Amino acid sequence: MNDDWGEMMEKGSRWKRIFDRRLATIMVAPCIIILLGMFLFPLLWSLGLSFYDYSVLRPVPPRFVGFQHYNEIIRDPYIWARFATSMRFVALAVGLQLVLGVGLAFLMYDNFKGKKFFMALMLSPMMMAPVAVGAFFRFMYDPSFGIIPYLTRTLFNVDIGWIIDPSVALYSLVLVDTWMWSPFVMLFTLAGLLSIPQHLLEMSSIDRASWWQRFRNIILPQIKPLLILALLLRTMESFRLFDTIWVMTGGGPGLATETLAITLYRVAFQHWHTGRSSAVAYIMLIVVIVLTNLYLRLSMRQEGARG
Amino acid sequence: MNNKRGGTWKIIKPYVAIVASFIYFFPVLWVFLTSFKPRVDIVTTTPRFVFSPTLDHFFRLFFRRVTVAPGEFALEATPFARFFFNSIFLSLFSVALALALGTFAAYAISRFPMRNKGFLMFYILSNRMLPPIAVVVPLYLMYRTLGMMNTYWGMTLLYTAFSIPLAIWMMKSFFDDIPYEIEEAARVDGSSRFRAFYKTALPQVWVGIAATFIISLIFVWNEFLFALMLTGRETRTVPVALSTALRGERGVDWGLLASVEAIYVVPAIILAFVAQGFLLRGLTFGTVRK
Repeated sequence: MNDDWGEMMEKGSRWKRIFDRRLATIMVAPCIIILLGMFLFPLLWSLGLSFYDYSVLRPVPPRFVGFQHYNEIIRDPYIWARFATSMRFVALAVGLQLVLGVGLAFLMYDNFKGKKFFMALMLSPMMMAPVAVGAFFRFMYDPSFGIIPYLTRTLFNVDIGWIIDPSVALYSLVLVDTWMWSPFVMLFTLAGLLSIPQHLLEMSSIDRASWWQRFRNIILPQIKPLLILALLLRTMESFRLFDTIWVMTGGGPGLATETLAITLYRVAFQHWHTGRSSAVAYIMLIVVIVLTNLYLRLSMRQEGARG
Repeated sequence: MNNKRGGTWKIIKPYVAIVASFIYFFPVLWVFLTSFKPRVDIVTTTPRFVFSPTLDHFFRLFFRRVTVAPGEFALEATPFARFFFNSIFLSLFSVALALALGTFAAYAISRFPMRNKGFLMFYILSNRMLPPIAVVVPLYLMYRTLGMMNTYWGMTLLYTAFSIPLAIWMMKSFFDDIPYEIEEAARVDGSSRFRAFYKTALPQVWVGIAATFIISLIFVWNEFLFALMLTGRETRTVPVALSTALRGERGVDWGLLASVEAIYVVPAIILAFVAQGFLLRGLTFGTVRK
């Protein structure tokens, strides 16, 4: 066996050394090539187009307009209003998910019979296709036969327009996003809770510290790094959310639920202003890249802290 | 007194947890129920919990009756069967491809000295963080120009690229978890780096590969926007078919829709249950290893 190896080493040593040295490149290259070709290349293409007046549907060659699209977008109150809708949606949804998620984590912290099963029930919403979620909430929100208006009518005697009332529609969406993703925050919080050394908790209960004191001084510092990661991921995802909103309300009624993502879709694929839509896309991209950078910095720091 | 209240709370807490999990599961349950309801029991002002279940919607989903001769019918497969096949084929194939390529890359990044490793990892992840709606505009242009629209290879390539960042990040975290010493020992014994990889390191991360596969699969399975813009009649996936069914002109056929949803969400729920222990790691791209 050993001799065999020795022989092989001698025969192929030159080739092997070269192969070893290049191995890292050979292993990484296919992935990077695919990513560059599928994402970076088209993005550079659209960066170029964002400086042109161009529509895919018109057989007219692109006309260079420089920063005109960006200028228009930044001054356009319509875009700012959609941006505000996005921000309201993100703030409400992420805030609610934080509160509910932490609450759920405390509920699910102790062991009880069948916990794994009930946990699976709770985690199932976020694993479902957002399109399917949007479709069945549209069904359940339906003013004439939906079960949610029915329940609020019979239990609380209030008639809520859910997705047909422009002043409520955004909140209905927030509710759906919260239903889907508060267990996500729970998952992070639970991981944090489980990492708290048992003796710390015991010590505090001997001290007869109040619940709030225990939470603030012992629990919160332990779960904070994970919570921040969860919030950041949720912020990014609800900011770019398209599927659920598109299927449930399509941005309506009126403009009530038209977030920036929906507007971008309309500009690109309904008005076919390809150049202008590329500019809107770049503004969204910058927001997300800043958030990604933040996410990585924070997760690295957390990793460092854990040793 | 404080103690006593705490005691009662301890006893009822599990029940509250169970009720909460049922509230979360109720919408899913409602859709399952709807998919088994006869048409007359679906669109009612008072929701019905009692009905005689029927498989009619599931049947209509896959088959339709066509008149061959007067009074004679034959069953024909609906296009939905094709969409279902597309979803299965595209997700399985592209995730397998992404994982095969991503595992190599993850190993190399985890083990070999490299310049700008931090930037490389950031670049890889940023692809995943991009808002799909911002990426789909340029992709649409590229697919249109290069004739990749409505092709299986075009969609496979897209979903492979879509899955690669998660595959690399997650697999790197699994490789980082296993000690390097064993591979070093193998190297000293004369194996090449590649041999050390597939004989020593790879057998230790099979669980990680399975977990990464499952989680990537769920993401591709659920993807909508790319499929909406880049597939056509032949390559359409179920989520796109679902959204078009909602825009029906003669009102929405809720029973049929519920049956699609029921079929489509079950695999994702089962897979998530199987990979429950790795969910957090998958959702944080391997940065949280619990």
